[in-house]
Amino acid sequence: MTARIPDPIEAGLKRGWRTIDASTLEHDRTLEADVVIVGSGAGGAISAEILARSGLSVIVVEEGPLKSSRDFQMREAEAYPQLYQESAARKTADKAINILQGRAVGGSTTVNWTSSFRTPQPTLDWWRDHHGLAFASNDELAPWFAMAERRTGVVDWLVGPNENNAILRRGAEKLGISSAAIRRNVQGCWNLGYCGMGCPTNAKQSMLVTSIPAALDNGATLITRARAERLRLRGQKAEELVCSALGADGVLPSGRELRLRARHFVVAGGAINTPALLLRSQAPDPSGQLGKRTFLHPTVISAAFYEKRVEGWAGAPQSVYSDHFLSRDPIDGPMGYMLETPPVHPLMAATMMSGFGEQHAAAMRDFAHLGGMLALLRDGFHDESPGGAVRLRSDGSGELDYELNDYLWDGARRALLSMAEIQFAAGARTVQPAHEKAQRYRSWAEARREIAALPQRAHVTRVVSAHAMGGCAMSGDERRGVVDPAGRYRGLANVSVHDGSLFPTSLGANPQLTIYAITARLASGLAANLTGRPAAALA
Amino acid sequence: MAYTGGMANSRNTRNKSGSTSRRTFLAAGGLAALALGAGGAWYRATHRQTPHGFALDGEARAALHAIAPAILDGALAHDPGRRQRQLGAAIDAVEAAIRGLPQATQEEVQDLFGLLALRPARRLLTGVPTGWESADLAHVSAFLQEWRVHRLKLMRSAYGALHDLVLGAWYAQPASWEAIGYPGPPRVPA
Repeated sequence: MTARIPDPIEAGLKRGWRTIDASTLEHDRTLEADVVIVGSGAGGAISAEILARSGLSVIVVEEGPLKSSRDFQMREAEAYPQLYQESAARKTADKAINILQGRAVGGSTTVNWTSSFRTPQPTLDWWRDHHGLAFASNDELAPWFAMAERRTGVVDWLVGPNENNAILRRGAEKLGISSAAIRRNVQGCWNLGYCGMGCPTNAKQSMLVTSIPAALDNGATLITRARAERLRLRGQKAEELVCSALGADGVLPSGRELRLRARHFVVAGGAINTPALLLRSQAPDPSGQLGKRTFLHPTVISAAFYEKRVEGWAGAPQSVYSDHFLSRDPIDGPMGYMLETPPVHPLMAATMMSGFGEQHAAAMRDFAHLGGMLALLRDGFHDESPGGAVRLRSDGSGELDYELNDYLWDGARRALLSMAEIQFAAGARTVQPAHEKAQRYRSWAEARREIAALPQRAHVTRVVSAHAMGGCAMSGDERRGVVDPAGRYRGLANVSVHDGSLFPTSLGANPQLTIYAITARLASGLAANLTGRPAAALA
Repeated sequence: MAYTGGMANSRNTRNKSGSTSRRTFLAAGGLAALALGAGGAWYRATHRQTPHGFALDGEARAALHAIAPAILDGALAHDPGRRQRQLGAAIDAVEAAIRGLPQATQEEVQDLFGLLALRPARRLLTGVPTGWESADLAHVSAFLQEWRVHRLKLMRSAYGALHDLVLGAWYAQPASWEAIGYPGPPRVPA
């Protein structure tokens, strides 16, 4: 028998971690702490570690389950319903954009593809110049990035890219387009390729195996399968958070309720859920911007088929990127885009692949030869890129209304062209954009002509997102920012927002490291404020 | 060739397939949206949902039974017995997937199948002339092709839901992997 992989969750539970699976509650419960944190993802977990290490009592409440490496079986049929918001099928109001967000302890960090970027310089400059965020500079943020990188084991990934990523590097190089290796938050990675279904070897240094265990070792309480319904407000203060326990299916409420009282509340449910909670709570909204300016890095996809097997399911899923098309135009000019690659697994590939019946089945028979490429469109920097707005459905759940307009479609078309050109340069036999009217093009000349003429419309062009951001914009200007530069919610004295919903624009890069660094800074300020002592650092 | 052929062929043959009345109705626009809402409301009023389980029955289940083979054509076995077993498993998997969605989304899916279960709506929106039990593959494929690029967002999103639910459920099953050359996940000692 081979040695068993150590499971830090199992070990922690044996050590006596305080955890409550709300789906097992037989009675309503009331708990109290110095700080209640909504959400256990990038922002919530980093905040929990810093606050707990600083000597504060902390409760973290998470809607998803506590799962660990031994649960991660690398099967889409289990992973998506268990670990993602809405079974990985969350969509914008008109269903035109499919949004991937985690919903488990560790949030999206449990299921992300490990890409670790510091915030791009032009984005920080924009935040400083247009959103009154004086801290948005490399000098100011460098120590926080360094702390977050240390905490999450960010390394240069020295293993060669898998073929799917090598294609991006090779094609770009042939065309004189710059590309580079992506840094990853892994230690002892087995290079399996299943990061998106939860790391089965605990190599990924997600919040699940880093800050959450640290917070729990420092006395924090973790409540899982509990949905934050609303903050009960009195005047300018939040008094308690009301949560409904979910049943064992993790979907429907069981009828049990939790009331969590605290001196301070940190909302870190991620973009979409954080503004939705504040909207349900009827929080004051002096700027009128709550839920507005929600960004997605709307992403378009190009599939290509190669003579050689690509086997895009195997190996680190995202290890090469090109920011060439982000830097070609001014940040507030035509929409720029980042090029990356996705892992290629059967369920996700089959749903992204357009068409049905025999044509779809034929494309799937070439699955092993299929390479995928992504273009993440950088939204939020142009007057015609206002992002979407979070609103509440009749049952109180949040949904994002995001209009795809001509400015964005212009970027999408250029991105589909760039990807096809790179794929042909890398040796693709055929290229097929994820678009209902696209066909399998046999040459760059044909693809260039046909893609330029494709109508770009909602649902007809496949658009996805793995990066929800904004909706509680941080700004030095109180007319433009839901949250102040210290992360405090404007209009509520004891509520902070610590997650990606703070971003006043999208980033132009995968967001985990930006969330870690900024929320570490905010949580340290909050801890100092609540204790009167300097905050403890992350491990 | 198989893949590129689909769209162009169906576009050329559609007008000759005797579906003029369907196309006329589809051009009527807002009526489709109205019918989708009404169909769902009717279905929900007459089919009380148990608190823990989305389930399709009657004509709604028959609709899925008729639509799934069109979407999975080319992936399903030819042998009738095997084909029926595969379809049964795929439809069970679709229902399980729907039960993993939030309540609001489950209601939307129920609206869609509620609409498809209504005879007048079925005829007008899909052009399928007979009941779902006897619907033929060509009719079903033709309406899916129309919905796929329909000028109404609502119809395109309904197509998207059927596409993702059925294909997602199919390729989630290990039984589908051999045909596409996917070896399945590696073994990790746990």
